Amino acid sequence: MFRFILLLCLLLPLAGIAADGDLYPFESQDEQDRFRTLTKELRCPKCQNQNIADSDAPIAKDMREEVYRMVKEGSSNDEVVDSLVSRFGEFVRYKPEFDGRTLMLWATPVIVVLMGLGIVISIVVRSRRNTETDSALSPEQRQRADRILKDSDPQ
Amino acid sequence: MRRVLLFIPVVLAIILGLVLAAGIGKDTTTLESALIGKPMPEFQLADLRTPDTQLTNEVFKGQVSLLNVWGTWCPACRDEHPDLLWLARDKGVPIVGLNYKDNRSQAIEWLDTLGDPYSTNLYDPQGKLGFDLGVYGAPETFVVDRQGVIRYRHVGVVDEKVWEEVLGPLVRKYREES
Repeated sequence: MFRFILLLCLLLPLAGIAADGDLYPFESQDEQDRFRTLTKELRCPKCQNQNIADSDAPIAKDMREEVYRMVKEGSSNDEVVDSLVSRFGEFVRYKPEFDGRTLMLWATPVIVVLMGLGIVISIVVRSRRNTETDSALSPEQRQRADRILKDSDPQ
Repeated sequence: MRRVLLFIPVVLAIILGLVLAAGIGKDTTTLESALIGKPMPEFQLADLRTPDTQLTNEVFKGQVSLLNVWGTWCPACRDEHPDLLWLARDKGVPIVGLNYKDNRSQAIEWLDTLGDPYSTNLYDPQGKLGFDLGVYGAPETFVVDRQGVIRYRHVGVVDEKVWEEVLGPLVRKYREES
């Protein structure tokens, strides 16, 4: 029984892939993969926050068909994305282009990580410096301590 | 100096709060058209009432017009229909209809019973021109200038308020231009 359930669990995702393949048949695995990536990276303008692969909206279906047609005709990924962006706007990109307007969008995570690193480093450096100055003895104090230790030596 | 540093998290939290507050209540479902400032996409579609007549971009040349995307399957289109009739009758704006993913006989019946505000109707059962225009939900209304360049897109119902505040001023503006 357990084996059967396990097998079912393993096969279920394949059913999804098979269905996908039947609807949009491709001649090569490469085209199939490109179609899958593209439909995942394009956003449905009607049902926002869904990609066109997942969405059931009629417009998402039209967009899938356009992607399918263009991939079959041998268009590059950029050409497919650009053709949809020219109709529906930058909104349909889940991965926005890197340009002046999206600079902050892409740069913010890097800036925040660098800021965090800076804070951590400064805290570590400062606490290390503090412990050094607190515990370390000046050369005179060290000599005196050595002397005291020698004097108290029973030998 | 140290005490000032302690306030950094509070300041950051306030900035974050302001950024998030600015987004509250914003209508994220209305997208600006990617075609603003661009000419109408090339098309050749049959007239809704006379299937033998082929219509092209020439429909938009020579006068500022509205392009209204509609279909009998679209409840909001029924809502805005009386307002379109009012616009065509009282404001003298040519409204080109784009009958989008619809059925010809049903569309003609709709116009015969509810009234026909359109100067021409493009019949686009496959939604080909609609797709090229980036239509993602009817009704949508575009302002097209004399040269056939798209100037504005309104997503949703057109009513008196939308006309007075948005579409009317734009139509007047482009009428005055050349």
